[in-house]
Amino acid sequence: MFDIFLDDAAALVVVLPLLISAIIAFMPSKIWPWIISLVTLVLHLVLSLHLLKEISISGLIIYEFGNWEPPWGISFKIDGVNIGLQLLFSIFVLISTFYSRKIFLSEIDSRDSGKAYSLWLLAIGSLNGIILTNDIFNLFVFLEISALASISLIALGAGQNRKALLAAFNYLIIGAIGATFYVIGVGFAYAMTGTLNMNDLVIQLAQYSDGQLAIFAGMSFMLIGLMVKAAIFPVHIWLPPAYSYAPSAVSTLLAALATKTILYFFVRLLYEVFIIYPSYLSLFLDFVLYPLSLLAIFIGTLIAIYQDDIKKLLAFSSIAQIGYITLAFSLKDHSGITSGFIHIFNHALIKGGLFMAVGYFAILYKDRVTLSSLRGFGYKYPITSFALLICGLSLIGLPLTNGFISKLYLFQALYTNQMYFSIALVAVSSALAVAYFWKIVEQMWFSKIKFKSEKEDAYIYLPIWIITVSIIFFGIYSSPIIEFSNLSADYLISGYQN
Amino acid sequence: MVGGLFIIITSQNYLKKVVGLAIFQTAVFVFFVSLAKVLDGTAPILTKMENAYSNPLPHVLILTAIVVGVATSALGLALVLQIYRNYETIEEKEIQSLELKSDK
Repeated sequence: MFDIFLDDAAALVVVLPLLISAIIAFMPSKIWPWIISLVTLVLHLVLSLHLLKEISISGLIIYEFGNWEPPWGISFKIDGVNIGLQLLFSIFVLISTFYSRKIFLSEIDSRDSGKAYSLWLLAIGSLNGIILTNDIFNLFVFLEISALASISLIALGAGQNRKALLAAFNYLIIGAIGATFYVIGVGFAYAMTGTLNMNDLVIQLAQYSDGQLAIFAGMSFMLIGLMVKAAIFPVHIWLPPAYSYAPSAVSTLLAALATKTILYFFVRLLYEVFIIYPSYLSLFLDFVLYPLSLLAIFIGTLIAIYQDDIKKLLAFSSIAQIGYITLAFSLKDHSGITSGFIHIFNHALIKGGLFMAVGYFAILYKDRVTLSSLRGFGYKYPITSFALLICGLSLIGLPLTNGFISKLYLFQALYTNQMYFSIALVAVSSALAVAYFWKIVEQMWFSKIKFKSEKEDAYIYLPIWIITVSIIFFGIYSSPIIEFSNLSADYLISGYQN
Repeated sequence: MVGGLFIIITSQNYLKKVVGLAIFQTAVFVFFVSLAKVLDGTAPILTKMENAYSNPLPHVLILTAIVVGVATSALGLALVLQIYRNYETIEEKEIQSLELKSDK
């Protein structure tokens, strides 16, 4: 009986959360929406594992909706590029949903619990759609569903601080402009090729191999639209307020996964479709993405140092970390793409863990967590604080944590491309990251006043520690992440050679 | 299209920004529909006579995009309403000065 569902696993990982989200929207209960979401996401994980098994046998799944063959119908594609991300996504949403309950209970009105989890599942389902879709217009729809769901979730933070409304509104306006730019690009691409399917698009675009202005215009519109959504410097301005005023559980989900999925699609578009115009691609990568990444790394880190509000500090450090990822992707070779994917995985874990820990502090402190409010927390709440310390060290890139693996591979990739200037800049900004993280550590452990330790909530520190242990685990035994990233890069590069 | 963007960027009023966004999106929808135009084309309905018809696919895409646009506008307006309830103004400058005061 279960086999029927497994056959459609590729569609169900997206459809299931969307469907359940409609069901739980009007549940008045406080706890049932959470339990149903949790069960849904356990099923989601089972389906993802099934997809992994299928991929390890066949290597490629193309799921055609309504049995309409591509290029006519909408299709989902699962291959080596996205299976790793799919698995990470599935595991992380499960952990963060487990974590979210107590946080939601204390940060939003408990009567809204059903609605909050409905939006939560909506965001999860549509973000998953971004990972799997093989249709450029379908992507726009998922992009907008996820944006609207996350905007509503951010606006739920208004109960704590009314600035959340402004942050959500700015995200709405900027995000919608980005998405509309993307649609203009899709329009150009469709006008020239008559197709929306990504695989078919490559074939159709080949006939304009000498280059057409309309195609280049369309490609530029699409890339700029996605850059806005992925918060690549200088179009990142919506991100820091949105992450810092959202309810803590929401910041966790968004910071860890939302920009990552869009970055992943950005890369797939670059290396799977636009690669047939090598001159355009290298123009974009060398003269747009590469300098912007360096600026993002440097400026993001610099601004983070001067932040007093911890969630804002983490958000600006996210800008810098997105810079590391795009820097790696702008290198155009196997080592660069591999290190980019490695950092997508590792950064999702690190930022997820950090936002979880800070979110817990926000509840305990019952106000916005600023530097001074953390004083003595290292003694007051040792379990969570220690997790925060490890995540932070990983963010800096200390050995034995997964952040070190990211940095190592990034340095190797930069070294093989002989980009010594970027190596120096990355090293400097890593050192600067020590500066802003040290400020936190100093407040937590090295203040004069001693505190007695207080009881911590196991429901909250358990998920935080699962993330923290995985950070150390993947720091020591890093081959799973590296293998998945290698696989992704292999698939992307092989598409490039065909 | 440019008009819509202009309104979004220059206007100080949040409500006007939402309207500007709607204009911007509608312009893009019209762009899509214009792509579908076939000279002397009719509606794509199957008849006994064979005649040229315009491409229905962009129309369908735009149908989806209109729904997305409506949702965006609705959410934007709902947010503007909430902002008004919390700040009692929807002028960007006034809100910024309010926030500066509260930060002090």
